[in-house]
Amino acid sequence: MNQPIEQKIKDYIAENILFTNEGYPYSEETSFLENGIVDSMNVMEIVAYVEETFGIRVEDREIVPANFDSVKNLANYLRTKGVNSQ
Amino acid sequence: MSHFKLVQEFLEQSAQRFPDKIALVCGDNRLTYSELENHANRLANGLRMKGIQRGDRVALFLQNSVELVIGIFAVLKCDAVFVVINATTKTDKLVYILNNCEVSALIFSSQQKRMVPELRRSCPSIRFFILAGENNSSEEIESECFTWKEILDSSTANQLPAKNIDLDLACLIYTSGSTGEPKGVMSDHSNIIFAVNSITSYIGNSEDDIVINVLPLSFDYGLYQLFMVFSFGGRLILEKGFSYPAQILSIIEKEKVTGFPGVPTIFSILVNMDLSSYNLSSLRYMTNTAAALPPAHILKIRDTFPGVRLFSMYGLTETKRTLYLPPSQLDVRPDSVGIAIPGTEVWIEDENGNRLGAGQVGELVVRGRHVMRGYWGDEELSAQRFRPGRIPGERLCYTGDLFRMDEEGYFYFVARKDDIIKSRGEKVSPKEVENILYKIEGVQEVAVIGVADALLGQAIKAFIVKNNSELTETEVLRFCRNHLEDFMIPKYIQFVDELPKTSSGKIKKTDLQ
Repeated sequence: MNQPIEQKIKDYIAENILFTNEGYPYSEETSFLENGIVDSMNVMEIVAYVEETFGIRVEDREIVPANFDSVKNLANYLRTKGVNSQ
Repeated sequence: MSHFKLVQEFLEQSAQRFPDKIALVCGDNRLTYSELENHANRLANGLRMKGIQRGDRVALFLQNSVELVIGIFAVLKCDAVFVVINATTKTDKLVYILNNCEVSALIFSSQQKRMVPELRRSCPSIRFFILAGENNSSEEIESECFTWKEILDSSTANQLPAKNIDLDLACLIYTSGSTGEPKGVMSDHSNIIFAVNSITSYIGNSEDDIVINVLPLSFDYGLYQLFMVFSFGGRLILEKGFSYPAQILSIIEKEKVTGFPGVPTIFSILVNMDLSSYNLSSLRYMTNTAAALPPAHILKIRDTFPGVRLFSMYGLTETKRTLYLPPSQLDVRPDSVGIAIPGTEVWIEDENGNRLGAGQVGELVVRGRHVMRGYWGDEELSAQRFRPGRIPGERLCYTGDLFRMDEEGYFYFVARKDDIIKSRGEKVSPKEVENILYKIEGVQEVAVIGVADALLGQAIKAFIVKNNSELTETEVLRFCRNHLEDFMIPKYIQFVDELPKTSSGKIKKTDLQ
């Protein structure tokens, strides 16, 4: 099934970090950290998730807010790594 | 050079000595000492105008931010007592803390705005609220809730005359206890000033030091970075956390940071990163506390940062810092947390109060001006932890931690006497987590323990006996997320048919793993 990257990220965070069955309740631009959506350990979980799910390698220096601090930032980052909706 | 009588003088004296020096860097904000002093004076006058008097408690429910730093000094300048509350604290616990110390005012951020109606209902002692930062929602601000800007704009920058003396309380720091309820450690001004002078003397800080702090100021280790830096007129780089290690490393490089305080989880992440692309040569010292670093990590840090002096330390909020290992001893005894900090003494006692010698295991006892004043509103617990010494009126701290000492007088942590878990450097009371789990429908019985974890030190594991229900792990975790601070959420949930019991029917946690 074709699913936008944004949706996959939202589903992952809703199910595995927010532990909710009701979907991702924030906007795609909302900062994860400023709003307490994720904590520092969750960032590492998200890195592991995208490496596994999208088959990419995330370099240490790429783990910065510009790439990881919102659904939108993360989706854009994944596209720069050659990930398309799948 | 100790010339401080009250904690706010850390800021006031540095503002006189170095008015135009950048004192605080927080995100894109860079503030000088005189700007901070000006803002803190304005906020202090605003608090006074709204009725805050000597000894009142004012809570700061904020992430690490410029407003939090200004708020801390403003409350002190108003002769009041500040209480910094971890920004991830959930409503029930927040209400407990606010009522426990009967706060008069609460300073909060727009992210926490939705909690205010509940706090108005449940915390009758709160007379007014201040919203730090922008009011970024379209909702009207309710009565007795003021914005940061309106308070500062309507107040003068004159320094209020201090009525406090150094025996008055400066702050309450809430920490987890084995009872499951958080307890507020009372620090008076002299406790903090003594501890700050002692610690900065063994680290050898100077006004040229630039310290990066990624730890929350609700945690005493983070809070004291602020106090220490302002006491010697250095510069504090205040970050919201260590979620993005690469960003922190870039900041260390860019800001030419000299001091890096961390906890084992942070060092564990650092030693597994490729640091070759960063110039971190400005770093002069690192400190570790909360739990001992694994010897392999110590070696790796020393290899990666050959010019850095690494301090292994031990402490508890009740005495701030207790022990430190001089860096020269790190190769000789890497698993020791050292000796008493300057101007204090420690020893080991058995259960009958006899002092023990080298090689024997007993409870660590601490004597010095850094021994805090007790727990707010809890005489019974205070009397257990803080006991009279030989000289009338003096207080010793019984740490509740078991230690041994070697022949040369260096101390080694052995175990805790209670079952408190240390995860990510923070104390977690199993009882507090269990109390929350028991609120979940379908939970019959629970036991929470700490299990060894390479990254976290200890990870929290919950064993749950279900009550004929369809309860899932996700439901349990969701409930935890809504009711516990981030670092208290269990990493592992295991459903079991029954829990091991002692002959008297108590849960036998030693049989769980």
